[in-house]
Amino acid sequence: MERPSLNYIIELSGGDAAFQDKLIAVVKEELPEEIKIYQGHMRDSAFAKAAEDVHKIKHKLGILSLEQAYELAIAYEEELKHGNSRLRAQFEKILEQCVDFISDL
Amino acid sequence: MNCIIVDDEAAARAIVAHLCEQVDGLRVVDEFPNALQAIKYLNKNKVDVIFLDIHMPDFTGFDFIDTLKNPPKIVLTTSDRNFAIEAFEYDCIVDYLVKPITLPRFIKAAEKVKSFKAKTASITASNADLATPAPSPSEKELYVNIDRRLIKIEFSKIYLIEAKGDYILIKTEDKNYTVHSTLKKIEEKLPESSFLKVHRSFIINFKKIIDIEDNSVLIARDVIPISRSNRPELMKRLNLL
Repeated sequence: MERPSLNYIIELSGGDAAFQDKLIAVVKEELPEEIKIYQGHMRDSAFAKAAEDVHKIKHKLGILSLEQAYELAIAYEEELKHGNSRLRAQFEKILEQCVDFISDL
Repeated sequence: MNCIIVDDEAAARAIVAHLCEQVDGLRVVDEFPNALQAIKYLNKNKVDVIFLDIHMPDFTGFDFIDTLKNPPKIVLTTSDRNFAIEAFEYDCIVDYLVKPITLPRFIKAAEKVKSFKAKTASITASNADLATPAPSPSEKELYVNIDRRLIKIEFSKIYLIEAKGDYILIKTEDKNYTVHSTLKKIEEKLPESSFLKVHRSFIINFKKIIDIEDNSVLIARDVIPISRSNRPELMKRLNLL
């Protein structure tokens, strides 16, 4: 099963530890906030807005090297635009993994 | 080259800024979390390149470009693969980067910007001696979005384009490409000097015709119908003896 990792950040940094720390700090700050906004929109069944939230979160999945999750997020975003939340449980499980991962960093 | 970054995501701005540092001659002069702040900045300052996110709240990247009278070169940065075709309808857009952006792909985009800038400078310098401006690259080729990749297809290699529902099939001498687009959209991009719509489902490169018989045309190994209304225009374009 795919797990979050720092592979993308490390590769991108080219060994620049200061950049790695900076980007990790930004992800740690932004991602929980984005998830909170997404959860609020899902609670209100505001699926179109939630689709926009998923769009933004999708990039964070890429940053955490989650390629399969990124593809799932693309599908979920599209389905949410049409009011379909079929992939919700799968997507939210990935979010839980991401939150656990970044809180350990 | 001076550039600015416009993206509502701090992580995306940090990544693009870091990538810019890796390219000689590219300097980030400012960053903006939304389009309105960037517009205010551009009212007072000139830049060479904008790294621009498409998907921003309230004001999209395309809305932003539409507000600029003389836009500089723009590289789009997005998590959305679906805007590539729309993006290349803008002359100022040089490249389209799908997030998360990698260093090799970013370097390629930066090289494209440099080469566009150099071409523009050379055209400007030689304009005084030219009766007509030099052709831009878009008059020689087309970029199509297939599976997250922008693939270059030279016009001179295309011999047929066929409508297939929500897709078009582009047939070239080397291979065929299925692209999510319409015949109408691609028709606007093709040079009239070579291409003609001969039927509601077909555009042909009439320079590649082998023969014409009644209401059909043989092009490579394909026999294509010519609709009655389009036949006169086709005959007009041919060098008839």
